[in-house]
Amino acid sequence: MEAGSAIQGGGRSITERSPLARLPDRIMRWGLTGLAGLILVIIAFFFIRLYIEAKPAFDKFGVFGFTFDNDWDVSKGTFGALALLVGTLITSALALLIGVPIAIATAVFVTELCPRRARGPLTITVELLAAVPSVVYGLWGVFVLIPKLRPAEQWFSDTFSFVPFVATATVAGPNYFIASLILAIMIIPIVSAISREVMATVPAEHKEAALALGATRWEMIRIAVLPYSRAGISGAAMLGLGRAIGETIAVTLVIGNAPQIGKSVFDQGYTLAAVIANEFGEAAADPLHRASLIAAGLVLFVLTLFINLIARYFVMRAQRGQRSVPQGMAG
Amino acid sequence: MSAVLPPVSPRRRRTDTVMRGVVGVLTGLAILPLVLVLYYLFSKGVGAWSVDFFTTDPSGRFFGSPGGVRSAIVGTVLIVGVATLMAVPFGIGVALYLVEYGKESKFANVVRYFVDVMTGVPSIVFGLFIYITLILATGFGGFAGWKGSLALALLMLPVVTRAGEVVLNLVPDGLREAALALGAPRWRVVLRVVLPTALPGLITGSLLAVARAAGETAPLLFTATIVKGTTLNLNDQMNSLPAQIFNDVRQAQDRIVERAWGSALTLVLMILLLTLIARLVQRRSRLT
Repeated sequence: MEAGSAIQGGGRSITERSPLARLPDRIMRWGLTGLAGLILVIIAFFFIRLYIEAKPAFDKFGVFGFTFDNDWDVSKGTFGALALLVGTLITSALALLIGVPIAIATAVFVTELCPRRARGPLTITVELLAAVPSVVYGLWGVFVLIPKLRPAEQWFSDTFSFVPFVATATVAGPNYFIASLILAIMIIPIVSAISREVMATVPAEHKEAALALGATRWEMIRIAVLPYSRAGISGAAMLGLGRAIGETIAVTLVIGNAPQIGKSVFDQGYTLAAVIANEFGEAAADPLHRASLIAAGLVLFVLTLFINLIARYFVMRAQRGQRSVPQGMAG
Repeated sequence: MSAVLPPVSPRRRRTDTVMRGVVGVLTGLAILPLVLVLYYLFSKGVGAWSVDFFTTDPSGRFFGSPGGVRSAIVGTVLIVGVATLMAVPFGIGVALYLVEYGKESKFANVVRYFVDVMTGVPSIVFGLFIYITLILATGFGGFAGWKGSLALALLMLPVVTRAGEVVLNLVPDGLREAALALGAPRWRVVLRVVLPTALPGLITGSLLAVARAAGETAPLLFTATIVKGTTLNLNDQMNSLPAQIFNDVRQAQDRIVERAWGSALTLVLMILLLTLIARLVQRRSRLT
């Protein structure tokens, strides 16, 4: 309009389009904006609906009572999710302990040590780990990992029984450790992909300076590469944690589904996600049970939300100045 | 001038060798599970494959032939196909908004933030959400294939959007400016210049999202559920490969477990094929 009014005589500028010709532009602009806004609406609706359906459980047991009581007993109709929460935290923490060093090592190997020609194939191979569906890892865990690892676990438990949380009389087939192992495998691709992208941003000057001062390759990695990418690696680990906490099917198959807090990592347990997948079928008839499972989903949602927030903060800090988001984060 | 630097001490040299070895071994450990899983899938899965495996439905009988997984394969293709039709246009539309119109505005950043939030939501929570809104609430009927598609679409949406945004950002501004300078209106620039340029990348991102959705079990368990019969009607309950595997793993019958291995091999091959196509399309892209 401004362009038009600048022309004397009140007519339209010859460069201005007729209102009709500008219509598609507006439609497109507001249509796309509407789509983007729809995402916000969906998420708000999502949260509110989950809360409303979970409310009976929160009313009966209280938000704190539900989250921190250790009494999940379907037959008695009491639902306190502490054992599930603890199970989720144990398996995820253990998965990070196993998976993150391996993922970082893979990233270091690919960016700094391996021959340039092996870089691409190696990257793709690690990423293929993410292409295997959760249920297939579960299948493999049940029929291969559990029977094959059991003697080793028993030996480990007997030999190192003085270490806290290791001793147990007989190792359960499905247990926290197996679940953690599978979770570790599942988070390696994402943690290693983001770590690799962060390590690729280490300025060549830093590395060359270290080498010029006489550092060996490993010393160069230790003093130039790792410190520079520390924030990014922390963020990657947190994103991995978010994945591990929300992972459902593989864990359901290999954790034993016993609503109790195991005394050892070789005991059976349960997680928030697993309880939903496992009990939802039978819960449809009992409103309180159903509300409790939805409440478990809500706790899980809030937990992952929180962790992803921290993760993104770290990754953003690591990538100041870079506009693009690591591809791994999108998938 | 002789060498200025003193030779590296044996201790440091040893540390270097040892640490390189450790890093190499750990990298090997990362790849080991993939090799093992693929090995077991092929050794146990191929044996389950037969003509019947692909052409009959699960019989549901404990004794005798457990039947094949036709309904699961058909269901997976349909459910994921419909989910793709919902998620890809939506996701690319949002990405277009973010790159072409929203840019760094406050609203765009809020949308970006919530897309990230969605990426982190566990898939089973999406399943719960669809169950609550479309099955628990009256008026929409019970379990149905399209509800499974909707749950998967919610899961794919942030992946498509994020990947789309990255690719659209790679389209050089010069192209947009050239088209605008020639007098093309904004919408034609977007449809005729930006989208075609970014197409290979958008396809890659979408295919990777499809590959991810195809393997998901949790959102389907209480939306599309697990049934025996084959159906093409999205309003009916619909079987899917991941759900069928999840069901079969928990049966104490060797032939059913064998079917689970066969289905797992089928599913993994489908996903690997999609991933491979995605990578090949990516190679054709001229944007880097």
